[in-house]
This record gives sequence, structure tokens and C-alpha cells, in this order.
Amino acid sequence: MRLTDDEKAMLDGAEGPAVAAAMDLLVRYGEALDCERLCDVRNVAGTMTQPSPVKAKLVAEGGWDRAFAVINLDSDEDLEIPQMRVATCQLQQGFSGDAAGIVPYPEQFVRLQDDAEAFYGRKGVTILATCTPYQVGNLPVRGEHVAWMESSAVVYANSVLGARTNCEGTASTGAASLTGKIPCWGNHLTQNRYGTHLVDVRVPVRDFFDWGLLGYFVGELVEEARPVVVGDLAVPELEDLKHFGAAAASSGGVELYHLPGVTPEAPTVQAAFGPRPVPEAVPYGPRERRRTYEALNSQGQHTEVDFVLLGCPHASIEQVRRAAKALDGRRLNSGTQMWIMVPRALKAVADRSGYTEVIERAGARLFTDSCPAMSRAAPPGTKVFATDSAKQAHYLPAILGIEAWFGTLEDCVEAAVTGRWAGELRCD
Amino acid sequence: MRLILHGRTVVPGVAEGEALVSHQTISGWGGIDPATGTIIERRHELCGQSFAGKILVFPGAKGSSGWSGFFQATRLMGTAPLGMLYTVTTTKVALGAVVTRVPTVTDLDRDPVKVINTGDWVRIDADHGIVEVVPAGAE
Repeated sequence: MRLTDDEKAMLDGAEGPAVAAAMDLLVRYGEALDCERLCDVRNVAGTMTQPSPVKAKLVAEGGWDRAFAVINLDSDEDLEIPQMRVATCQLQQGFSGDAAGIVPYPEQFVRLQDDAEAFYGRKGVTILATCTPYQVGNLPVRGEHVAWMESSAVVYANSVLGARTNCEGTASTGAASLTGKIPCWGNHLTQNRYGTHLVDVRVPVRDFFDWGLLGYFVGELVEEARPVVVGDLAVPELEDLKHFGAAAASSGGVELYHLPGVTPEAPTVQAAFGPRPVPEAVPYGPRERRRTYEALNSQGQHTEVDFVLLGCPHASIEQVRRAAKALDGRRLNSGTQMWIMVPRALKAVADRSGYTEVIERAGARLFTDSCPAMSRAAPPGTKVFATDSAKQAHYLPAILGIEAWFGTLEDCVEAAVTGRWAGELRCD
Repeated sequence: MRLILHGRTVVPGVAEGEALVSHQTISGWGGIDPATGTIIERRHELCGQSFAGKILVFPGAKGSSGWSGFFQATRLMGTAPLGMLYTVTTTKVALGAVVTRVPTVTDLDRDPVKVINTGDWVRIDADHGIVEVVPAGAE
């Protein structure tokens, strides 16, 4: 790797041993990528506060400085962690005190995380505590180089905002937070941002549910490549794109897509492919839609539903409003719990708008900071869960060993109220 | 019959052991259990199998950005693979190999997923980018 003078100085310890360790990790990582240089970043989204058994042990041994050194810098040195060099936020984490007594999640982890928030807050980390920082004030601008992790946030930042980030990890974002640097590789380079596949949508995609199905199909199709999607699409809402990208990043590894006429780097189909020829389109029709629906629902057998989960990635305020509307005046089945995950900043808005009250009156709950997959926590005894999120349906069965049903918000509310899954694919 | 492959160093070092070959990409977060080094993704061809103490041969990484953190956790919990060979470079798998700190080679002159079989004996000299494969039952 070719380092600039300021990067060499950091590596040599001019800014202290923690910054040197951060630069060492970036050099090892850059060489692993066969990358020539680093680029400057001023916006980092990573994870430091989330409790784990390994982290608890490290904190017990040497405090948060030790945990950050090992996990966020991949260093075995005894380091004192300095102030963050550039704007850095904490993504989603474990459950917090608001879940105590309801979510089966270790109380010592809640305390450990409180302690972490205090430590990292002092170091200049903004505790957004959500997988959707772009919903609560962290909106990089088009063309800006950033270092984000969380696959659903990365695909949103690249595709919808036109910012430039690879799918970073815990250690690379830790190193970026102390240096303001990240390998200039992959999505940071213009030639790697053009589309690779064309998908022609031949069935109407109009709502949150269908955007998720389409995303799951596209991810399986292109894996880590860059799809350009055209056809019978309504102009999407924020939550549609949030769901589409998260689904595509779960079934495949999509970090960047283009919707010609909608997303910023694709004013036209040709522009989405840049200097390359437009490839032959792969159709997404009723058959592909049904096949995708069946794949997502292949992990469900029993129709008795113990648990319903909404808000993956964390719900928008509009999703919370719609859930409140669907639950208004209804009452959950006695054996079924329903949790809706939201960023804490939007929970405050939901409280203020009266949505939380309507949701809680029905027996459902709004929780912040985390999700069942991140925290490996669902209501005790859960065997079957239902969700409106393709991402959560993809991951949670493996993480918790439970069955999954995927459907619309209405299917999920119906399951929560009756205790039975009756979802089916309509209009195909 | 011994097979020699040449590639690019991702993480230097030397390791040898039995190969565990995955023809499908692997998820880190939500795809493996670091406590046991086991693949847990239900629809995965290796679901239930452990890569601890094996040479993990796979096409690449998919899924969450927790990939590297989960593979780093296998090192911290003593369930890491001995070495890795992969086909497609992404930030997830490159950073994952770096923080797992096991000898790793990629950009091999033949696709390791196609020419290596589970149970083959593999020696990775990642300092020089050389991989030696002895097919199971050959010696």
C-alpha cells in the first residue's frame, strides 16, 4: 500500500499507540484487499456497545479500552482509547432498560451496555442505537466517502443516498473512527459503481411487502453484484427502499443497486451501466414472485404463531403509524406477543403522537436499540414467529431455531390477534 | 496425486490440515455459531458442520457486515479454522481473514472450491502464496 505522509506518521505512532494500531489494521486490511491506498472519511457507523460474552470478559479484564483494542482495532496491545477523530455513531446494539421484565435478555448485558454508552459517549461516539442511522439524522451526501457497517444501512447509503461505502466490519470501522481513513477500494471507486445485471419487473410492485419480495429475489439472483431494476414499479417510499435493500443484502450480498429515474446515480438505464453495454434483462414475473414467497415461507410448518416481529430494519415512523392503525381497537391473542422495533429517537415521536398508546392498548410493544436477531431474544417458548421483514425471516430461524412466516403487515397483525398464520400470496 | 496452486497472500503464515469445502458462500452473523465453529444457516449445504481446526475452502462471504466480527470471535473462542482459501474477494471476507489471523490465500490460478474436496489434506504457505493439496486417500 502507498501511504501519504500523514498516514505514515499515524502508523509510526505520531498520534499515539491506539491510532498506530488502527493504522496497522487498515494496512493489513488494505493489503488483504490488494488495495493501493486509503481515502479520507468523516462519517463512521460502527458497533462498540453491543454486549457479548467475549466482550464482557474483555471488559472485566481491562475495561472498555481493552474491549475496543481487541474487538474494534484487532490489537493485543494495552491501549488507551482517545477521542474519535471523525463523526462516529453506534449502530443497533443489545436491548436496553425499556425491555426489562418483558424481553428475556440478561440484565448484566443491559448494565454492561449502559456502561459502554457512558464510556463511548465520552469518547465522542453518538449513540444512535439503530440499524437505520439515515432515519435519525445521519445522512451522508451524494459522493461522500463514508465507512459504514450494517449491510442494510450500507446498501441504503450507496444506493439511495449516493454516498460511497463498502460493507465495513467492526474492526475496520473502529480503525476508521480513530484515523478518518478507510481502504479506497470497491464501492469507493466510480468504475465499480455501475450496474452489472438488469432486472425487468413484470408484476406490479406497489407496497412494502412486494418491495421486500423483489429485494430477496434480486439478492439471490445477483449475489454480491450490482442490480439495475426497471419495470412495473411504483415510486417507492423510504421504508420500501429500506426493506428492498435489506432483503437483497440478506439473500445475496448487494451493497449497491440502481432504480433508474429514482436513485441518484441512475437518471436513465444507460447511465446506470455507465460505459458498459446494457445486458439482457432477467424477468421478475408472477412465477418468480411466487417462488420467492415460497422460499421465504419454507421455514414455517405450524400455523400457531407465538410471536410477531415488525421493524426490521428499524421501523420508520410511518410504519409505526400504520401498525397503530391496524391494531387500533383490537386485542392480541393471549398466547402471542408482538414487538415493533424502532430507533429510540422515533419512539419519542411515536409516544408524542399517541401511536405507542394505541399499540400498547392492543397488547403489542415498541422496543428500541436492538432486535431479536441481534440480541438472540424472543418471548420465552417461541416456536413459530411471523414477520413483515424478509431479512428477519431469513436470519431468525437459524439464530433462534424457530419457524418463520413472512407476509404483509395485515397478515402479521391478523396472526397476532388470532394466534394463527393465515397469510397467503395474493394477486399472482 | 499432489496438486499445487498459486495465489495471492491475504494473511501471511503457514498452516496445514484437512479441508472442509463449501460450494456455497457463507454468512458470518446469523450463519455460524462462534462458540462451536459450526455453520448454522438452515438452508446451507454444511449446516451442522464445524470448521474448527480445518482448512476452510469456500467461494466467499455473504450477508451481514458482522461477518468479520463473528470470525474474529472464533479466534477468541478457540474455534477458528486453521487457514482459509476463498475465491471472491469482498471487504467482509478480507477483513474477516485479517482478524481471524489465519494463513489465507485467494486469487488462486484454479478455483479452490472446484479442485479441492472435503477431506483432502491442504498445506497453505501464505507467505509465498502456495497451496499444496493431497487428495483424500492418495497417500
